[in-house]
Amino acid sequence: MRKFTQIDGLVAPLDRANVDTDAIIPKQFLKSIKRSGFGPNAFDEWRYLDHGEPGMDNAKRAPNPDFVLNQPRYQGASILLTRENFGCGSSREHAPWALEDYGFRALIGPSFADIFFNNCFKNGLLPIRLPASEVEALFALVQATPGFKLRIDLDAQTVTRPDGKALRFEVDAFRKYCLLNGFDDIGLTLRHADKIRDFEARRRIEQPWLFA
Amino acid sequence: MPKTLYDKLWEDHVVHVEEDGTALLYIDRHLVHEVTSPQAFEGLRLAGRKPWRVSSIVATADHNTPTDHWDEGIKDPISRQQVETLDANIHESGALAYFPFRDLRQGIVHVIGPENGATLPGMTVVCGDSHTSTHGAFACLAHGIGTSEVEHVLATQCLLQKKSKAMLVKVDGALGRGVSAKDLALALIGRIGTAGGTGYAIEFGGSTIRALSMEGRMTLCNMAIEAGARVGFIAVDDTTINYLKGRAFAPLGDNWDRAVAHWRTLVSDAGARFDAVVEVDARSILPQVTWGTSPEMVTDVKGRVPAPEDFADPVKREGVERALQYMGLTPRTPIDRIAVDKVFIGSCTNSRIEDLRAAAAIAKGRRKADNVKLVLVVPGSGLVKRQAEAEGLDKIFIAAGFEWREPGCSMCLAMNADRLEPGERCASTSNRNFEGRQGNGGRTHLVSPAMAATAAIAGHFADVRELI
Ligand code: SF4
Repeated sequence: MRKFTQIDGLVAPLDRANVDTDAIIPKQFLKSIKRSGFGPNAFDEWRYLDHGEPGMDNAKRAPNPDFVLNQPRYQGASILLTRENFGCGSSREHAPWALEDYGFRALIGPSFADIFFNNCFKNGLLPIRLPASEVEALFALVQATPGFKLRIDLDAQTVTRPDGKALRFEVDAFRKYCLLNGFDDIGLTLRHADKIRDFEARRRIEQPWLFA
Repeated sequence: MPKTLYDKLWEDHVVHVEEDGTALLYIDRHLVHEVTSPQAFEGLRLAGRKPWRVSSIVATADHNTPTDHWDEGIKDPISRQQVETLDANIHESGALAYFPFRDLRQGIVHVIGPENGATLPGMTVVCGDSHTSTHGAFACLAHGIGTSEVEHVLATQCLLQKKSKAMLVKVDGALGRGVSAKDLALALIGRIGTAGGTGYAIEFGGSTIRALSMEGRMTLCNMAIEAGARVGFIAVDDTTINYLKGRAFAPLGDNWDRAVAHWRTLVSDAGARFDAVVEVDARSILPQVTWGTSPEMVTDVKGRVPAPEDFADPVKREGVERALQYMGLTPRTPIDRIAVDKVFIGSCTNSRIEDLRAAAAIAKGRRKADNVKLVLVVPGSGLVKRQAEAEGLDKIFIAAGFEWREPGCSMCLAMNADRLEPGERCASTSNRNFEGRQGNGGRTHLVSPAMAATAAIAGHFADVRELI
């Protein structure tokens, strides 16, 4: 997994609540058996004028000029500013894969759906929860300021605005540790292999019907 | 100290706790399907790892499989490749059970687990699918997980989790005639919102829940995720135990007695503390119909589509405006004046035998309206299908002009050929009405099976209570 320490990133605003995972990556793209290449189809139905299917040459499709991420000023954005309950819906990890492949490294919003939030951390994508009032203020700043950037420092747990105001965010210590170091969960968990084996052996005796 | 059912299920599975409270939970049952597993098996292979305990795995192909012409195989080459990849992966790893495409017991992953007794009380159940919460009906801690977690569970038999807060949704009173668990679920989501349960594990309790069948309980727990909760569950009682007795993977003899004794403890203790309690009066619930593009955008069949100006919050107002535009609806339209083009009866929410019986009771001796182009009835599994056919439900549906199909997810998410065309309006018993969920540009209204059948007969939404 890619490490996340600090980024200085261009911010793109997606001013909608309840953006669901079907919107982030429509289901027709879930048929892939790969983990990469979903970026060109992130937000597919909003982003292009035609209907997207796997195997199409996305470079030849007409972009929807009304979709915010298509505006020239947001090209190259690595931070997505969102509204509440972002990532609701299915458990598809294709959603963070698509956002990461698109070029996002961090998401900022007042709240995220549970499973999506969790999936982000497994893919080097940092979802940051900030109070609704701070998010509101950021939306106003982004819209008013072309080239608006934020600095995100995971170690210090801060989002710093261009005017120097630093907003602190919370993150679980364990998730932070994994993300800062780019550790993969499986390797870390397997350090406890003996404990898992002991637990399993005990369970086999106490509740044998679970092991039929 | 008195414990909640959640405390008990949690504590029974903790292998290890990190300093910040992140726990390693042992996983008893791992359900696997074709869409979210290929990358996990691939990751395992690349790292040179083997599955930890293959006897925890129950697998099936459901999301991509067609619901007709099974003899012709899967025509879409990309879907076929995904299903064949699952075949190869399970063939290589092994499993407790695999119900491949065309198997008699194939079906939607959340239907086949319980009906085969592979979902047992007190288990942790995971699956790369958010509606895994369904299995909570059996007092399981059942999580939907992402593909990295599928790989993690395959490799370690554990899942990293932080404990949620506990919410009790207490429902009392009898559900009215024609009102089902689906209406209860939708009414609840309408009330607390799709983020109302975020950060919580929901226990459903109260006299209404006790009176529900296992099918109804599964419908309700299935929708817990639409209320924002990762898990939803219900304590064990006689209904749970009677349902499980004699199922294929349920314990036998001595083991059965020991298991039942343990299962009986899977209830919240008297006086257990919850972080939040929501009380619902079941008698106040009427048949529900969603009007928007989120399950919380719901009202009852006697209601009307709202107007954006009813909402003070600007983000909400804009959301409503956008939803109405997408759904092609005019504010204040009475729900029962909205005509439908297609009807879908199926999905892990409502494709079990009781659901089909409820729909058939309405369809019996009637015909679908002429304006309704297609009524799809898709049983949740091969076993449900055979049971329905043994009861003659298929004949009722066919006589009513409905289509009787092979099991699978079908038009719940439209990954196969069953889908809405742009602008088509559908009464659907599934769980999500998001934009494009049932096909690009399709308009989904979530309802119960009886309400879906009623819409098929009337040609528009109508009050099921007038047909029973
Ligand atoms: S029926 Fe729908 S919600 Fe259920 S598992 Fe299949 S796709 Fe997911």
